[in-house]
Amino acid sequence: MVETENTSPPSVPPAEVEEVELYHATSFWTKYVFSQDAKIIAIQYSGVAIAIGFVALVLSSLIRLQLGFPEMFDFITPETYYQFVTMHGMIMVVYLLTALFLGGFGNYLIPLMIGARDMSFPYVNMLSFWIYFLAVLVLVGSFFVPGGPTGAGWTLYPPQAILSGTPGGKGLGIILMLVSLALFIVGFTMGGLNYVVTVLQGRTRGMTMMRLPLTVWGIFTATVLALLAFPALLVATVMMLFDRLLETSFFMPSLVEFGDQLSYGGGSPILFQHLFWFFGHPEVYIVALPAFGIVSDLISTHARKNIFGYRMMVWAIVGIGALSFIVWAHHMYVSGMHPYFGFFFATTTLIIAVPTALKVYNWILTLWNGNIHLNTPMLFSLGFIVTFLNGGLTGLFLGNVIVDIPLSDTMFVVAHFHMVMGVAPILVVFGAIYHWFPKISGRMLHEGLGKIHFWVTFVGSYLIFFPMHYIGLVGVPRRYPELGDAAFIPDSVATLNSFISLAAFTVGVAQILFLYNVFWSLRKGRPSGSNPWRATTLEWQTPHTPPAHGNFGPELPLVYRWPYDYSVPGAAEDFLAQNDPGSLDSGSST
Amino acid sequence: MTDTSQVQVTASVDRTTGLSGLVEDWSSDQRAFKNVSWRKAMMWIFLLSDTFIFGIFLLSYMTSRMSTKVGWPNASEVFSLHIGHTNFPLLLIAIMTFVLITSSGTMVLAVNYGYRKDRKLTAIMLLVTALLGATFVGMQVFEWSKLISEGVRPWSNPMGAPQFGGIFFMITGFHGTHVSIGVIFLLVMAQKVWRGDYDTQRPGFFTSRKGDYECVEIMGLYWHFVDLVWVFIFAFFYLW
Repeated sequence: MVETENTSPPSVPPAEVEEVELYHATSFWTKYVFSQDAKIIAIQYSGVAIAIGFVALVLSSLIRLQLGFPEMFDFITPETYYQFVTMHGMIMVVYLLTALFLGGFGNYLIPLMIGARDMSFPYVNMLSFWIYFLAVLVLVGSFFVPGGPTGAGWTLYPPQAILSGTPGGKGLGIILMLVSLALFIVGFTMGGLNYVVTVLQGRTRGMTMMRLPLTVWGIFTATVLALLAFPALLVATVMMLFDRLLETSFFMPSLVEFGDQLSYGGGSPILFQHLFWFFGHPEVYIVALPAFGIVSDLISTHARKNIFGYRMMVWAIVGIGALSFIVWAHHMYVSGMHPYFGFFFATTTLIIAVPTALKVYNWILTLWNGNIHLNTPMLFSLGFIVTFLNGGLTGLFLGNVIVDIPLSDTMFVVAHFHMVMGVAPILVVFGAIYHWFPKISGRMLHEGLGKIHFWVTFVGSYLIFFPMHYIGLVGVPRRYPELGDAAFIPDSVATLNSFISLAAFTVGVAQILFLYNVFWSLRKGRPSGSNPWRATTLEWQTPHTPPAHGNFGPELPLVYRWPYDYSVPGAAEDFLAQNDPGSLDSGSST
Repeated sequence: MTDTSQVQVTASVDRTTGLSGLVEDWSSDQRAFKNVSWRKAMMWIFLLSDTFIFGIFLLSYMTSRMSTKVGWPNASEVFSLHIGHTNFPLLLIAIMTFVLITSSGTMVLAVNYGYRKDRKLTAIMLLVTALLGATFVGMQVFEWSKLISEGVRPWSNPMGAPQFGGIFFMITGFHGTHVSIGVIFLLVMAQKVWRGDYDTQRPGFFTSRKGDYECVEIMGLYWHFVDLVWVFIFAFFYLW
């Protein structure tokens, strides 16, 4: 730290606009149910997302029951198995992770971290949640209709998705799925516009884009991706609904089904794949970028060290976001595309490894020589880095056409994406909950329970997914309810499958521990004070914990510095908060 | 929402223009787009997202048209009006396009009168715009019923590829829905302007936010966007 002559206090630019009048709720209903306060909406979003996530967790246990112990459970038929697989995938990716990261963490953290009183459009924000809730209700409703939910796989590929051979294909299952997705997109767009406008136009004085915490950068970029990628899914759902309900032939070629010539003809199933993956690949980064951002803040705070290469981290997030729009067809190598396209998409896919690796190196260099506190948020962050790295490495296999083709549709793919976009973001979700729970509730989560939760989840995930790579490499296909007798499948696969299932049940049960911890700590947790982690970002500097309506009391905070001034020499504590002008005699930091 | 016409830019700094101005704005605090209100920024970003929806619809249309096995119907025959003893190709669609483009003109007038705080003329121009929009939708209904009476269905089409019917009804329907929603909002806004809500700072019914005449301009952004989309639909459906 360079000692500089600095006699005048640092200044921030003057306010450009007057503050916006806040909506003040008066009744219980407008305060807590139809709330326009982003913090309440965030908790509503998170609650619904985690609740439906637990449904998906139970579904995954049912999948593992079948795979680990085939023919033992009469209630799992091939049809129900496909339904479990489909709903598990769709819920986890869209209704849990997307909603939780953007609707949950986005709503809670964006206004607090950028120094705003609320989102730009609180009313639209409220609508966003309620439409999301409706989407979840429609989704849950599909479990109870005749024929049950759709069993088309989470990718919903036509033609099979709307044919009678697929569970829910001729019933209501697929219709409700598509309607629910369309509702989700409408609701998300309302929230997404809020997040983007709030970050771009609603920051407090002194808060420049390059002083935003990386969490906000991650959520912001992910929201931009979502606003541009979800249109493809919306169009695909609308077109498939028409194919199903009006018997148009957008995606449907001429077909003979059970000996009957269907009325479809001339459509292109490949078109659906393109539309789906034009959404589906950015979706991976919609989930991953907020995780990147959050983990950067967690590591920096709990290692008491500034983030290494902040600007690089920002541009890596933006770069990954941009690249994610030109890699989608690497999910379609076996669709019969021209080899030159395969070449193009393999190249762009591997280029993404550059900014991603850059981020991993920067996290490691942030930890390097840091004062690492091995508490629960830090453990989950470390777990994320390792898991993301492992999942990314298998991505190199699958990104190359020639290696991908034999591995396509095997359990190797399942293991890969569960590592990289299942386990890794979920670890960040847990880390983030342990980190921000004190701000949301005013109480600490129980540290001992947290550590048990971490180790069981982390080690358990590896016991589940490492053997799965091997199962995939020997050629076991995915989405098969049971394998039967096949010459190429060794006996060890059955043993491993049982082992994986046992590990999966253990991890599943450990999540109940987490729920217990949350509910126990809400009542009996140790009071946290306003800034238990001695963190620098604005959400920890609020006058009230949990933050009151309007977040910051009468005056909005002024921002003087970036969010990573940890271990500052000469500072009264070892950190300088973003709204701390800094003591004049101790040297200024930029 | 604060009244952006009375924005207090306390620092009367001359903002740089051009590329360096862009960089300066984005590196500054508070706002990336200086002098752009929240709602205007929101409308632009929404329109960007909506552009992707229409873009993907049109791309899907092109893909289907290229991959279908049966030939695509000839646009100048399908979309012709039979008046007297002659077929006028694209006559109806020319009128529809003319009506919609004209409505863009009246919308511009509404914005202009709005910023002059001319309450009555603004409201009248909004009403005229809404009327032209409704006329467009009405003619679309006529066009749809004509095609339906000729046997075109979403699932079949006597004149060629069955995808023609499905894609035509889907995309023009989606655009028509946009126009209809626009007409509803224009009527609501005309009533607000007529009542003087933007002069008396009356809070909105749902959002309890105060509006001003900038809202007319934001409505205009949406309306021009819908017109612009129509130009592309027109080009790709009727001229190809």
